[in-house]
Amino acid sequence: MLKRTSLYAAHQKLGGKLIEFGGWEMPVQYTSITDEHLAVRNAAGIFDISHMGEFFVGGAGAEAFLNSVLTNDVRKLPVGLGQYTLMCHERGGVIDDLYAYRMNATDFLLIINASRIDEDVAWLEKQNAGRCDLKNLSAQFSAVAVQGPRVKEFIDAAFPGSAVAGAEVKKVSELVKNQIAIFIFDYVTIYISRTGYTGEDGFEIVAPNEKIEAVWNRLLTVGQPFGLKPAGLGARDTLRTEACYPLYGHELDENTTPIEAGVGFFVSLDKGEFNGRAVLAEQKANGVKKKLITFKMTDKSAPPRPHYAIWANGAPVGEVVSGTQSPTFNVGIGMGYVPPELAVVDTKIEIEIRGKRFAAVVVKKPIYKKS
Amino acid sequence: MSNVPSDLKYAKSHEWVRVSGDIATVGITDHAQAELTDIVFVELPTVGRKVKAGEACAVVESVKTASDIYSPVSGEITAVNAAAADNPALVNTAPDTDGWFFKIKLSNPAELNALLSPEYYKKQIGG
Repeated sequence: MLKRTSLYAAHQKLGGKLIEFGGWEMPVQYTSITDEHLAVRNAAGIFDISHMGEFFVGGAGAEAFLNSVLTNDVRKLPVGLGQYTLMCHERGGVIDDLYAYRMNATDFLLIINASRIDEDVAWLEKQNAGRCDLKNLSAQFSAVAVQGPRVKEFIDAAFPGSAVAGAEVKKVSELVKNQIAIFIFDYVTIYISRTGYTGEDGFEIVAPNEKIEAVWNRLLTVGQPFGLKPAGLGARDTLRTEACYPLYGHELDENTTPIEAGVGFFVSLDKGEFNGRAVLAEQKANGVKKKLITFKMTDKSAPPRPHYAIWANGAPVGEVVSGTQSPTFNVGIGMGYVPPELAVVDTKIEIEIRGKRFAAVVVKKPIYKKS
Repeated sequence: MSNVPSDLKYAKSHEWVRVSGDIATVGITDHAQAELTDIVFVELPTVGRKVKAGEACAVVESVKTASDIYSPVSGEITAVNAAAADNPALVNTAPDTDGWFFKIKLSNPAELNALLSPEYYKKQIGG
């Protein structure tokens, strides 16, 4: 039985086309992936991300515990700020990639991938061994992302008032990138962060299940005059692919390290011991066997797709992990793993599509960067 | 609601066939293009290829996914629609006219009797 979010009825009402994603029944699109993608690039889009997990870590030892299990340094976080980070096992492979927010001196909120909630909870509980207070509240909380250049024009109308905790801001639009604060909405507290997964400005809102439909409807109402459209997982995937954000299960898995995936910026080797540190330090010093590349098709071809073979100099050298037709640039784009000597911008490669090879070129990431 | 022209025959796999003499024109239905949305690539068979009814011989790709197109009838490919390959959006805007895929010289016209009538196809797609 597939799980349904608290917005299931709202998606049905909006004519969303529902598909299975990581055990959840989620809208892939409402009108078309391209329409929704362009709405986010040019105006605004709203996504149901209730399938994602909310995990709370609290107590005097929370900071030290998180720094022992996550790659980034949570000591860098003042109250009300979050960071992208990764959780690795001892061999440096990625258990999950996530956002960690400091809510106050001793309390942290982790936003984790839907498909990894069970693995993350089991791993964190085992590593913690009773040191901190851990609470997996994924089943009680829902979330939406509202993304696009015009969101800042209506977010304060949707959620008026000052923050009551987290970052000290007078209104939501005062939050800066990666900041988080708690606001009052309809007599309950909700979390709002200035984050996203689209390459655009925007906010993510975490609220109790019973309030998420009111949050969703409020945003749709105040955002409509600004061009806000509901957007599905299809557009979420094309947007994040253009922005070159990794998706767990594609760019990241337990046999891939953050160094190989090109997210070494979020690995703080100098913060002290943490899971996977030895392997990651060794890879940073001596290099890796595979490296993530971003590429664009230069031949006219069908869109590249995950698992297509990558060729160079007449031999297969790797595999595509994400690929699509870019709705912004109308060209095939993707990411894939190749030996490090080929992971150089302007290297000519080929993508094998149904038995034929088509020319592509390694490009600098991200493919899309907001102006 | 999807358009189901009454002068066409239909395959369960959402292709349509328009017959003129011993030549059948094949495309995908309005319902199929609406389900796919955002068609970004069309791969057509080579002219002269002999295909059997039910054989995958073309591919249509939306942003999200690639789908095989099956020939509803047996015969030899006599023409392909270069306009659809050049501008795949034609399949979205005119699926049962300008967005056709290929023409085929029928080797077994009796196969046409096994295809669905517009009424049956409408029922299949819940229309």
